[in-house]
Amino acid sequence: MLTILLDGIASGMLLFVLACGLSVTMGLMNFVNLAHGAFGMAGGYVLVVLLQRWGWPFLACLPAAFLATALLGLLLERTLYARLYRREHLDQVLFSIGLVFMAGATADWLMGAQQQIIQLPAWLSGRVDLGIGELGRYRIFLILVCAGIVAGLQLGLLRTRFGAQLRAAVDDATVARGLGIPVPRLFAITFALGSGLAGLGGALGVEVLGLDPTFPLKYLVYMLIVVAVGGANTILGPALAALLLGVVDVAGKYWLPQLGAFIIYTAMVALLLLRPHGLLAKQA
Amino acid sequence: MRYAAEVALWLLALGSYWLFPDYLGLLAQVWIAALFAVSLDLLVGYAGVVTLGHAAFFGLGAYVAGILAVQGWGEPFSGLLLAGLAAALLGLLTAPLVLRGGELAGLMVTLGLALMLYEAANKAAFLTGGADGLQGVEIWPLFGRFRFDLYGRIAFLYALGVLFLCFMALRFLVATPFGLALRGIRGNALRMAAIGTPVRRRLMAAYAVSAGVAGLAGALLAQTAQFVSLDVLAFHRSAEGLLMLLIGGLGALYGAVLGAAAFTVAHHLLAEMTPQFWEFWIGAALVMLVMLGRGGMLGLLRRLGR
Repeated sequence: MLTILLDGIASGMLLFVLACGLSVTMGLMNFVNLAHGAFGMAGGYVLVVLLQRWGWPFLACLPAAFLATALLGLLLERTLYARLYRREHLDQVLFSIGLVFMAGATADWLMGAQQQIIQLPAWLSGRVDLGIGELGRYRIFLILVCAGIVAGLQLGLLRTRFGAQLRAAVDDATVARGLGIPVPRLFAITFALGSGLAGLGGALGVEVLGLDPTFPLKYLVYMLIVVAVGGANTILGPALAALLLGVVDVAGKYWLPQLGAFIIYTAMVALLLLRPHGLLAKQA
Repeated sequence: MRYAAEVALWLLALGSYWLFPDYLGLLAQVWIAALFAVSLDLLVGYAGVVTLGHAAFFGLGAYVAGILAVQGWGEPFSGLLLAGLAAALLGLLTAPLVLRGGELAGLMVTLGLALMLYEAANKAAFLTGGADGLQGVEIWPLFGRFRFDLYGRIAFLYALGVLFLCFMALRFLVATPFGLALRGIRGNALRMAAIGTPVRRRLMAAYAVSAGVAGLAGALLAQTAQFVSLDVLAFHRSAEGLLMLLIGGLGALYGAVLGAAAFTVAHHLLAEMTPQFWEFWIGAALVMLVMLGRGGMLGLLRRLGR
């Protein structure tokens, strides 16, 4: 019972790290980026290559995965995404599906279609007895790291000048621009940060969520739920949504395996119908 | 001039029966893909409803026709009609859910519903065969006389006939006030509401019709291939339909047919390569076509004609 809860929380936190960039893309630029999961996948493969083939230490691989995907995100944002902000949603959807297909095929070609397996360092593998039951060390590590990221983002969004500008731009991009806030630059930086976080989430998640070329499509629905349910203007909304989703998903897979992914899709459709503007959103 | 071009196109389609006798099976696939693309065009190109889950209706149609045949009713026309009706009903039932929220929420609902149906078909193996596919589909001869043969002769004519009838019906439909209202809604739903168009009801009707035609296309596939796999419900199918529209030109029924033909033939030619290669180029085509702007093949033809 406790193990399931903890597993759920760990994968929920991972989902949040994966999806938080997307909530900004959708909220700030109103851009439907279905290719967000591809950044997560890229981060995962960076970790696999560095850790398994080049023998880097695990803790050095994580920042590398973050930086690599952030750079990739910045590059794509400047060259491709920036041209499509003013287009219709249909164009954005088609464009990003195209990216997903390309990313999946490239990963398949470079790394093969099989699930990637990594060897965790000794201090992260195995279980530890905390007095309330045996818990996996890696799950605890995940929860601590992701909680740190959530706290950092929340503080950054609330306490820094950059965060204030970002909040203003999400609320009303036109007025923010009028006040002299450099919205395009703000967005490029946020996009890179979001991609980097997705990459970090993908890297952390290789052990928990798995990694193969279908990753971007498989977790697309999860990320969309987090964004749709959580709303775009807070960190805590998506974080809460992600935790809920993680626990429901893990519990569902454990207790009702015959229903498979059905639960999660049903939850998504139901939540979208009940709260089309997000769980914590103000009623428009 | 315009009518001459149309007649020539349909004559060419029929003439391909004698021109490419070794490719009748592939050509039947082209007609089925074209019917699916035309149904999607009505929804996306005319009504402006963006969907990522149109494969749900195609797949439902395929499974209804397939399961009917497996359970002992293999008469093709009634199976086709029932499949279309079932898909239209599903469209009518899900339309309120899709049209309820904003554009984004609707998009996600279409995606979610299609995934749910895929999962349901996957898990209901006693009915659908699950991941192994639906085996033992036996379709009776057409009109009680023409047996579906190995060379695909009857499949070709049957699929082309259904495509032609549906196409002409839709061609008529988009020219009616109903079709014009859809285009108006795509342009500006608020203003259409202001001049008295019942926007929601029009969109729901378009959704149901589009779903029904997609169901017919799925049923055609099940009946001509005499097999149904989970692939009919896959996300790929929805995305490929959108790609066909992009290739051919959005918001024009002939564009959908041209796009579907170009897509299916390209798929066939590239099928010898590895699947990853094919997937990569689908993606690249989507990205490039979006970057270059709309219009597709039909837009190109129009520009050349000017």
